[in-house]
Amino acid sequence: MAAPKKGRRPAGAQGRPGRALAVILIAMVALTAGMFISKQTTPRLGIDLAGGTSITLKAKSEPGKPDAINETNMNTAVGIIERRVNGLGVSEAEVQTQGRDHIIVNIPKGTNEKQAREQVGTTAQLYFRPVLAIGAGGPATEPAPTPSASASGSKAEGGAKDGKKPSGEPTPSSSATSQGRAVSEALKAPGATPTPSAGESKKADDKKADDKKASPTPTPNAPTAADAALQKKFATLDCTKKEQRAAAGQGVLPSEPTVACGLNSQGQWAKWLLGPAGVEGKDIKDAKGALDQQRGIWIVQMQFNDRGADQFAKVTGELATKQQPQNQFAIVLDGEVVSDPYVSQSITGGNAEISGSFNQQSAQDLGNMLSYGALPLSFQEDSVTTVTAALGGEQLKAGLIAGAIGLALVVIYLVAYYRGLALIAIVSLLASAILTYTIMALLGKGIGFALNLPAVCGAIVAIGITADSFIVYFERIRDEIREGRTLRPAVERAWPRARRTILVSDFVSFLAAAVLFIVTVGKVQGFAFTLGLTTLLDVVVVFLFTKPIMTLVARTKFFADGHPWSGLDPKRLGAKPPLRRSRRTASVPAGPVDPKEA
Amino acid sequence: MSKLGDLGAKLYRGEVGYDFVGKRMLWYAVSILITITAIVALAVQGLNMGIEFKGGAVFTTPKTDVTVAKATEVAEEASGHVAIVQKLGNGTMRIQVSGLDTDQANGVKTKIAADLGMKEQDVNADLVGPSWGEQIANKAWTGLAVFMVLVVVYLAIAFEWRMAVAALIALIHDLTITVGIYALVGFEVTPGTVIGLLTILGYSLYDTVVVFDGLKEASKDITKQTRYTYSEMANRSLNGTLVRSINTTVVALLPVAGLLFIGGGFLGAGMLNDISLSLFVGLAAGAYSSIFIATPLVADLKEREPAMKALRKRVLAKRASGARDEEPEGTEEGTEVVAQARAGRAAGRRR
Repeated sequence: MAAPKKGRRPAGAQGRPGRALAVILIAMVALTAGMFISKQTTPRLGIDLAGGTSITLKAKSEPGKPDAINETNMNTAVGIIERRVNGLGVSEAEVQTQGRDHIIVNIPKGTNEKQAREQVGTTAQLYFRPVLAIGAGGPATEPAPTPSASASGSKAEGGAKDGKKPSGEPTPSSSATSQGRAVSEALKAPGATPTPSAGESKKADDKKADDKKASPTPTPNAPTAADAALQKKFATLDCTKKEQRAAAGQGVLPSEPTVACGLNSQGQWAKWLLGPAGVEGKDIKDAKGALDQQRGIWIVQMQFNDRGADQFAKVTGELATKQQPQNQFAIVLDGEVVSDPYVSQSITGGNAEISGSFNQQSAQDLGNMLSYGALPLSFQEDSVTTVTAALGGEQLKAGLIAGAIGLALVVIYLVAYYRGLALIAIVSLLASAILTYTIMALLGKGIGFALNLPAVCGAIVAIGITADSFIVYFERIRDEIREGRTLRPAVERAWPRARRTILVSDFVSFLAAAVLFIVTVGKVQGFAFTLGLTTLLDVVVVFLFTKPIMTLVARTKFFADGHPWSGLDPKRLGAKPPLRRSRRTASVPAGPVDPKEA
Repeated sequence: MSKLGDLGAKLYRGEVGYDFVGKRMLWYAVSILITITAIVALAVQGLNMGIEFKGGAVFTTPKTDVTVAKATEVAEEASGHVAIVQKLGNGTMRIQVSGLDTDQANGVKTKIAADLGMKEQDVNADLVGPSWGEQIANKAWTGLAVFMVLVVVYLAIAFEWRMAVAALIALIHDLTITVGIYALVGFEVTPGTVIGLLTILGYSLYDTVVVFDGLKEASKDITKQTRYTYSEMANRSLNGTLVRSINTTVVALLPVAGLLFIGGGFLGAGMLNDISLSLFVGLAAGAYSSIFIATPLVADLKEREPAMKALRKRVLAKRASGARDEEPEGTEEGTEVVAQARAGRAAGRRR
C-alpha cells in the first residue's frame, strides 16, 4: 500500500514526542514565571470592564480662523487622536466628540496616563521652513544677535556668548515636542554622504554672520512692511519666557514668514526667523523612529508623498546654494523649532531623516505623530478624571459564570462521547488556556493589549475552534481504528491528514485575523489580534501538545487495548474485521517501533 | 452515548446517511426563505445602531450616591434606548444614551433628573459623537472586502474555484441571517455585535474549509471509479465527517448558549446578550451552511464539468447494466490505494 509515504512521517514524529512536550512545557513555565516576575498576573481589562481615565479636550478657537472648529475638523481630530492613543489597535481606547468643541478620550486602567495625555494633546503641526536668521534666546540687547551663536553646531559656544542661563529642563508643556533640540544636525537623504564636519559649517557661519543679520532678506515676495514688523518681533522675542514662546508663531499661516523658538544643541533657548513653509507635515507619508546603526543614535526617518517629495527636492535644492544660516532648514513642530539641519545638496527621492538628540522614546513618539498626522485644531485639556466600567461588574461576573457552565457542559459532552480521549482534549484545552492567559497578561504590559467584553466572548468561541482541532484528529484516529488498525499505527496514520485539515482551516482563520489587523483600526484591530493569537496557539498546542500526548498515550495499555472507557474500543467503534486485518496492516509501519516498546 | 458511537461507525461505513446533496433543493429553499426574511426585516425594520456608531446624548449629573445600576434603569426607561452609565472620579455620573437629538435629550434630562432626585439645572445634557467613527467602520468594510478577495483566491488555489465560490456564498448566507436576526429582534448594534459578526466570519469559513477538506480528499480520484457520481461521493464524504461536524458545533455552541441563556436569563438584556445572540445564531448558521448549502453547491457546480458529466454517464450506464458485478476489482483497488478516500475504502471493504 502506501508504505513509503507512511514510513516517513510517523517515524519522525513518533520518535520524539517528549521533545515537543518539553518545548511547550518550558514555554508554559517561562511565560508563567515571566507573568509573576513582571507582576502582571491578570490581563489588562478594557475600559468597558475595568474603567479607566477619561480626558476631555476642548478645541481652542484660533484668531483668524473662526470657522476652524467644525464637524469635519473635529472628526479628523478624533481619527488622529484615536490612532495616536491606539497605534497598535489593541489598547481599546475610545475617542468621541462631545458637544460642538469637546473630545472625550477614554483610556483603560493601567495605561501610561502621562504619555497618553501628551499624545492626545499634541497638535503635531509640522512645517519645514527655510531659516532666515538665528538668534540666541533672549531679546536682542544689541541690534542683532549673532546668528553664529546657535547655528554653528555642537562645537559652537552658543548661548554662552550672551550670558544666557542654560535652561536645561525640558519644555514644560509637552515633552514630545521638545525632543530634537539639537540645532545643526544634518538633514539628509538616507545613505547620502556623511554630515560635513562641524568645523566646516562653523567657518561658513562665522564668515557670513554679519551679512545675515545685516540683510536678513526674507523671501522675495514678502512685503517689506511686514518684513520690518517681523524683524522687530524677532529682535524683541524672548524665548526664555514661556508665554512668549507660546505666542511666538501664533496665528501665522504656513505661507507667511514667522519667528519661532526652540532649544539648541546645548539645551538653551534660541530663536529663529523663518521663511514661509516649504513642505508641510501632512505631505509626510510615513515616519518612524529608528536607530542609525552607523552613528549609534536615534533618528526619525520620513517618507514624503509625491507632492511632498517634489517640494522637498525643490526647496532643498534652493537652500543648498545659499550661505549659512540660510542653507538651513527649520523643522517646526507645533510652533517650536525641533531641529534646523543644513542642506548641502538637493534631496530627491522623497526620503529624509531628522537627527538630533533623540532617545528611543522621543524618536518613536515623533515618528508616530508625523505619520498619524497633525491635528487640524489645537486642544487644551479640560478635565482628566477616572471613570468606572461602562459595563457593571455583574456583567463580567455573569459572563464568567455562564462561560464556566458552558465549559462544564463541553467537558461533560466530550467525556460522554470520547470517554478517555476527552481527557486529552481537556488537558490540551487547559494548555491552550494557560498559554493564552499568560501571553495576554504579558502583552498588557508589553504592547498595551487590553481585553474587552467582546474579546472575552471571542476567546470563548475560540474554545470551539481549538477543540475542533482535537475532534478532527480524534475522528481520524477512530476512522483508522474502524479500518481495523491498532491504536499506535492509527495515531500515526491519522496525523498527517488531520494535520493538513487543521493547517488549511486555521490558515483561513489566520488570514482573516491578519487582514483585519493590517487594514482596520480601533476595536476591530483589537479583535483581529485576539483571533490571530488564539489561532496560532491552536496550531502550537495541537502540534506540540496534543499530538505528542496522543503518541505517548497510545503506548499505554488502557488506550492501546481499547478499554471500553478509552473511547477507542474497536468493538464499540464498529471496526469491521477486528484483528486479522489489523495485524497485517499494522505490522508494516509499526515494525521499527514495536520491538522497542512492546 | 454508545448509540451515537454506533451511528458514527454506521455513518462512516455509509450504512446510514442522510442524502444532503440529493435533497439539496429543499435546503436551498429553506435557506432562501430565511435569507429573504432576513433581508426583508433589514429593509423594513432597519438596524438599530448603538451610540457607538451614531452618537447620542450624554448627561452629566452632579455628585450623587445613586448606583450605576439604578441610573441605567432610570435612563433606559426615560429614553427607551440602551444607556451606558459610568461613574466619574469626582462622584459625578456620565450617562450616555443613544439615538437622541437635542429636543429629545432635554426631555429625557427632565425625566432623569426627576427620577434620580436631582435638580434639573444641575444635570447637564450634551450631544456626543460616535466613538466608532465612520473611519473605523469604513476601514472595517475595506478589511472585509480585502479578506474576502484573498480568501477566495486562497481557496481557489488550495481547493478549486467552485469550492471558493460555494464557501463565499455560504459565508454571505451566514452573515445575512445573523444581521437579519438583529433587525428582527431590534437589538442595538454595538461594537460587540460587529465583533461577533467578524467572529462568525472566521468560524463559518473555518467550518466550511474543514468539510471541504474531507470532500477534496474523497473526490481526489473520483474519475478512476465508476461506482459513484460526484454528488454521491460528496454526500458520502459529508456523512463521513458528520460526527466531527456535530461534535464541533456542539462544543462551540455550548459555551455561547451558556452565555446567552444563563447569562442573559439572569441579567436580562445587556452587552453579553447582544454578543452571544449574534454568536449563537451565526455559529449555528455557519455549521448548517457548511453541510446543507456549501457542499451541495459544490456538487451542483461540479456536475456541470464535462469530466463529471462523463462520470455520471458511466456510473448510470453501469447501474443500468445492473446484474453485472457491482465493482470491477481493478478500479476499486485503484481508488483504495491512491485516494485513501473514506468512501472508496468503505466501499472496498464491503467486498
